[in-house]
Order: sequence, then structure tokens, then C-alpha cells
Amino acid sequence: MSKNISTREAYGKALADFGQEYKDMVVLDADVSKCTMTVYFAEKYPNRFFNVGISEADMVTTAAGLATCGKIPFVSAFAVFAAGRAFDQVRNSVAYPKLNVKIGATHAGITIGEDGGTHQSIEDIALMRAVPNMAILSPADAVETRAAVKAALEYYGPVYIRLGRPAQAAIFNEEDYSFELGKGAVIKEGNDAAIFSTGVMTAKAIEAAEVLKAEGINARVVNIHTIKPIDRDIIIKAAKETKGIVTVEDHNVIGGLGSAISEVLAQEHPAKMKMVGIEDQFGVSGTSDQLMEIFGLSVENIVNKVKGVLQESIG
Amino acid sequence: MAANLNLYSFQIKEKWHSILLGHLNHICEEFIMETKFNFLKEKSQALRKDIIDTIYNAGSGHPGGSLSVVDILTVLYYSVMNIDSSRPKDENRDRLVLSKGHVAPALYCVLADKGFFDKKELKTLRKPGSILQGHPDMKKTPGIEISTGSLGQGLSAANGMALAARVDNKSYNVFAILGDGEIQEGQIWEAAMTAAHYKLNKLIAIVDSNGLQIDGPVCEVMGVEPIDEKFRAFGWDTIVIDGHNHEEIYYAVALAKKSKEKPTAIIAKTVKGKGVSFMENCCEWHGHGINKEQAAQALADLGVR
Repeated sequence: MSKNISTREAYGKALADFGQEYKDMVVLDADVSKCTMTVYFAEKYPNRFFNVGISEADMVTTAAGLATCGKIPFVSAFAVFAAGRAFDQVRNSVAYPKLNVKIGATHAGITIGEDGGTHQSIEDIALMRAVPNMAILSPADAVETRAAVKAALEYYGPVYIRLGRPAQAAIFNEEDYSFELGKGAVIKEGNDAAIFSTGVMTAKAIEAAEVLKAEGINARVVNIHTIKPIDRDIIIKAAKETKGIVTVEDHNVIGGLGSAISEVLAQEHPAKMKMVGIEDQFGVSGTSDQLMEIFGLSVENIVNKVKGVLQESIG
Repeated sequence: MAANLNLYSFQIKEKWHSILLGHLNHICEEFIMETKFNFLKEKSQALRKDIIDTIYNAGSGHPGGSLSVVDILTVLYYSVMNIDSSRPKDENRDRLVLSKGHVAPALYCVLADKGFFDKKELKTLRKPGSILQGHPDMKKTPGIEISTGSLGQGLSAANGMALAARVDNKSYNVFAILGDGEIQEGQIWEAAMTAAHYKLNKLIAIVDSNGLQIDGPVCEVMGVEPIDEKFRAFGWDTIVIDGHNHEEIYYAVALAKKSKEKPTAIIAKTVKGKGVSFMENCCEWHGHGINKEQAAQALADLGVR
């Protein structure tokens, strides 16, 4: 079992590790290399690292230019700026021509904490999901992050990798972990209800399933590390085999994982469904743990939502 | 003694010979350059005709800027850039980023003439199924280095290409064509900082400074002057030229290519709608279709039909 480290830390280490094998990798940052942890790559490969200063828009289009010359650029910034401030550059310079640019968006969601609402990206999945050609990865722990970076390197085209700030409970073992882009994974079996979670919330989803189990409810936990393209089969299967679905994410309930899953269900197999996420409001300052309680990104809320979905399916 | 004298006269002969050759070379060179510039001027006129035809067929497009930028593109594509349509992906080719992507018709006409695609395609501009989109699309059009259209982004893209050259130890040049209205976008100045910071001496930005934008004169909508001083303050070399004078464009680029440390901005003073009487200096012709009578008048003005 790996140590409890943040997914951004795992991202930075993965970049530095894969730099040897992938000679075309270049990394760009906008003055936050010590936060996005691209600093590890910068130290190891200074000639393939470009700090553009505080200019995310310039960074993203510069990466597009590098990609036209055969490079595999990773651009890194806080999610709120990578997806928000540089949205037009991501859309027009990267996604429209389907260039091989990877966006390492760290400090996503309200779990960034004390910096407050201006820095808490709660709409980045929604923005990126609506852009054609964009793949979205949202790893749940360090092991999965490393695998996601590798998958992004092997995939040709734009990839948005959503990463968190706080130290993250280890979930997966490096030895027996496999990552397939576009595929969800059942990490806990159960046929009463299914909890679909992503990113930093998967650890909470597992905890919630354990609480439910003690009360005699068997909840399936499905980890969605690829939000786009979404694994339709695993969603439909869960809808058929369980009594209801609960989605869990550190993101606005509008446009994120919950929306992606409901879009599949509404068209393929309508099912009872509830969402755990930010209820369409901006965040505030506080510690990561405090904010998760305040905004309902809690084990207790997940448990209640599962019970609610079961109750409604009976009624 | 006789042998020495012979040697002496031989040396004198040699000296005169080389002086004569030098003169001859000079005369030849002048002749070659004059021929070259005459060719470029004629080429620009022919391309202007193609631009009018193309936008007339499309029913919409941006004639004003296409006509102001075409002399610059002509000099670059026909006398400066290392490009070959039979090897469009050659790693060592020079790159051009048309940051002011709305003047795509000018670039399309050049690329078609250079053999990147069949000239017949020009008739399909802006129509469903065409390889020629309203704004440049690198996925659809051979010879387009990067998709552009959202103003202000091309200089950053050009920086990326120049940085890639540095990483790969290559010596190609990267040209970015900007509009004077376009440099109102803040990202241009982010990129201007980046280019100077990384000493991208192989980067040459050319500002097609035609003084007009959609809503009116650039100086009235949002003043950008002095453009050269702004770029200089950002750490660039700058050259101000007449953007319709092929010799000035050619020699400015030649000078810029010699830069060892700095990127160069060439501010090319141009006339929007250049060559067509009713379009010149008229901001209404920024983006506007051309009807049959107007097309005929334009071609008559250009004196090519």
C-alpha cells in the first residue's frame, strides 16, 4: 500500500519518472511549479521545462505550438485557471485541432481549502466535458495518478487530468493495479445500491460503503477515473443490478460526474439517482476537512443519500 | 626576369579579373534581385485576383485584411521560407502562424498556388465539406501549421514552435502574422514577454498594421501605438517598413534572421483593402461578401483581367 500523498505530488513524481522513457515530453508551468509539483521534472530536465510566469493563457497555446512539432507538452496550473482562465486557449488552440497536450490541473474542487472560493474549481469538469476531443481523467490516489499520467502519455490527444491538493488516503496497490482509459472499475461489490465516485471522493465512498455494510446494506462502489469518455456499460450494468445510484464528487452537481452518469441513465436505463457534490454555490475558506463537512462531501451524507435512494425505490 | 615579368603580369591580370568578376557579380545580383522583386510584385497582384475570386465565390469572408497582408505573405512564401509542398511535414521547414486567422483567404490562395492543394478547392471556401474553413484549420488544410481564429493566440503558438526548435537543436524560423487590432488582446503581450525571456531569436512577428478594425480606426477603438516602442520595451528588436514594398519586406526579414538574441517584430504599415479602389482604407470591408459587380470592379482595379 502506498503512502498517503496528494495526487498532485504523485503527478509531479510521475512526470519526472516518465521523462526518461518519453523523450518528447516537455513540461510547462505558470509560476506554481512548487505547488503543481512539476518542480521535480524541472530539476531533472531543465532543458525540457518552461516556466512562462503567471500567464496560463500563453502557457496553454505555447504548449499547442510545441505539440505541432511532435512534443508531448504537460501544462500545469490550478484547475480554476487551467480550465477557467485559459478556457478559450484550451478550446481553440488545443482541443479544436486535437493536439497532444496534457493539462495537469491541480488544486481542484473545494478541498484546496483555505484559499477560498476564488481558487476552488467547482466547474472545471463541466467546462472540459463540453469541449469536443477532450478526455478527462480524475484519479483517486497516488497509484492511480501515476497510471493516469502513463495512460495520458500513451493516448494521442488532449487530456485534462484533475488533481487534488490535500494528502490522500492510499486506495490501490501498485502491484495489482491496472488502468484502462475510458473504463470504470468496481472496487467493492454490492447489489443494493451503487455509489459512483471520482477523484478525492473515492476514499469517502469506500468509507460510506463500510458504514452501510455494518447496517446490512451492500453498496457497490464504482470508481470513475475517466469522466470522459464515460464508461457507459458499467453505469447501465449497475442500474440494472441495483436499486439506485448515488454519485459523489468534489465538483458542482451541475455538469460533473453526476451529470455525466445521469445523461447515460436517462437515455439508456432510467434509475433512481441522487448526487453528492457542491450544491451550485461557491466555496469558502476553511480546512479541507471542514469544508467537506460544511458542503456535504461527507461519509454521513453519502450514507444518507444511499438510504434515501433505497427508500424511494421501495416507495 | 622574363619569368618574373610573366608572373607579375599574370598577377595583375588576376587582380583585374577578380575586380571585373566582382562588378559582374554585383551587376548580376542586382539583376537577379530586380527580377525577383518584379516576380514578387506580379505574384502579389495575381494572388489579389485569386483572393477576390475566392471571397466572391464564398459569399462571405474578410477581403480588407486579406489584401493588406498579401504582399507580406508573398515575400515570405516565394522568397524567404524554406518550405516544400511535396514535403509539407519536413521537420526542418520554416513555420508560419497566421495569428490573424480571419485573413485565411490570402493564405489559402498562396498555399494553393504553391501546390499544397488543388487550386479548385478555393471555390469551396466556407462551404460544407470544404478543406477550407472560414478560419485556418490545421486538421483540414495542408500547409496550415496550426489552427487559429480566436485572436491573440498565434504568438504563443509560434513561441511553442520556436521552443521546440531549441529543444531539438533545429534552426528553422517561425513567422507569426499579427494584426494591429489583434494586439489589443492581452495574450499577445504575455507571449511577447515569453519570446524575449527565452531569447527566441528565430521568431519573427510581422504586424499587418492596416490601422482599421471592425468597429473603426484602431486609434479610435483602442489605441495601440506606438507599436514598435511597445515591442522594444518588451525586449524585442523592431523594424518599421512599408508592408506593400516587397524590397522592404524582404530586407527587413533578412535583417531579422540575423538576430542572435532577440525576437524581431516587423511593423508593416499597410492599407486595408490595398489595390481595390472602393475597399482601400474602409473598415466596412473588414468582413464582407463581394457581389458580382464589385468583383468585376475589383478585378478591373487590379488590372489583371
